[in-house]
Amino acid sequence: MAEVKLHGFWYSPFTLRVVWTLKLKGIPYQNIEEDRYNKSPQLLQLNPVHKKTPVLVHNEKPLCESMLIVEYIDEIWPHNSVLPADPYERALARFWVKYAEDEMFSAFVAFFRSNNDEEREKNVEKVWEVLTVVENQCFGDEKKIFGGDIINIVDIAFGSLFKFLEVAQDIVEAKVLEDEKFPHLHSWYNNFKDVPVVKENLPDHEKMVAFIRVIREKLLASS
Amino acid sequence: MAEQDKVILHGMWASPYAKRVELALNFKGIPYEYVEEDLRNKSELLLKYNPVHKKVPVLVHNGKAIAESMVILEYIDETWKDGPKLLPSDSYRRAQARFWSSFIQDQLMEASFLVVKTDGEAQQKAVEQVYEKLNVVEDGMKSYLAERNASTESNFGIVEIVFCALFGPYKAHEEVLGMKFIVPEKFPLLFSWLMAIVEVEAVKKATPPHEKTVGILQLFRQSALKSSAAA
Repeated sequence: MAEVKLHGFWYSPFTLRVVWTLKLKGIPYQNIEEDRYNKSPQLLQLNPVHKKTPVLVHNEKPLCESMLIVEYIDEIWPHNSVLPADPYERALARFWVKYAEDEMFSAFVAFFRSNNDEEREKNVEKVWEVLTVVENQCFGDEKKIFGGDIINIVDIAFGSLFKFLEVAQDIVEAKVLEDEKFPHLHSWYNNFKDVPVVKENLPDHEKMVAFIRVIREKLLASS
Repeated sequence: MAEQDKVILHGMWASPYAKRVELALNFKGIPYEYVEEDLRNKSELLLKYNPVHKKVPVLVHNGKAIAESMVILEYIDETWKDGPKLLPSDSYRRAQARFWSSFIQDQLMEASFLVVKTDGEAQQKAVEQVYEKLNVVEDGMKSYLAERNASTESNFGIVEIVFCALFGPYKAHEEVLGMKFIVPEKFPLLFSWLMAIVEVEAVKKATPPHEKTVGILQLFRQSALKSSAAA
């Protein structure tokens, strides 16, 4: 029986991506909760380059970088695939995953780190710019989620970051996910959160807000 | 797959991102039409094919456009299944190849551009940053290259492509900057690896004339230095 371990943070969107993928495919694994302020020696040994979570260990071999892990899992356990079968559809999906990793993530983190009114205003604009691109470019057909019946890599990449954004909104006390401004995004995100594997594997919102609020305070204090 | 395929690459001859796709197409022996874009005056087609980023490279295959160089590389490997593969077949090796390509992309591209764009103390600092990251790659490649099974995995894949697109123009770097990125004494493995890579036929085919590369690098450097002096 293959042995799978996941080193992660319960509150991290990146760890959640891996959790959803493992749960979707019914893959049993050992969850190892890491402390970001006191990372285990195993973690540092498994991911010496970045020293970050998540790290998946499969048959004692480590894998890092959340979306790389997701693609790896999909290759080893292909049922309930999170990747389109057609190479062109696949390329489009990977394009949007990259967009999430680059543009979306940097805009959402900048918003999260806003420390005064001026910064917040500027960063809200940046987030809206990104959300507008997605609203305009990503929704053509009537699919409820990007993967159709099953969450795919775009749902996973976007969904995890949107959860983070939802939490950031409460902490920064500014609303960015406006339904009227982004109707398609709004309904996609609700559909996404309703998908059983996501619904059953989403940390409690208030708990996440409280925990991440403290992380933010420490971050801003040290910068 | 062969006769009906129409492949067009929108690129810019000095762009390392576009270069990756050129290298991949050359290596796989895929015939293609090349469209040179003027980045100061982008074609209507480019803006249509890549509305989100409006950048090169864009690959157009039988009318369908794909943007983002690494996404294009994976698409090429999945679509043209004959001949040498750009990614390892083993899933763990694939993950490692993707990891190292990403690392070079994320940690070394901007860092090396900064060396070109600065001088004096700022440049010295930028060089140290690059060397720090190159140390990590030197270490990483020790196991990654050693564990390669030559009978199942090609010796020119996405990691080579990304590394080559960035550090391949080493002669021009040396002439314009008066220094090497891949210093043989500091990075012996990377140095010998790079020397082997630039001899690959697909790479030679995609290498512009030295003077042309020197010219554009000079231009890029001068204009960056001028604008930071004016700032």
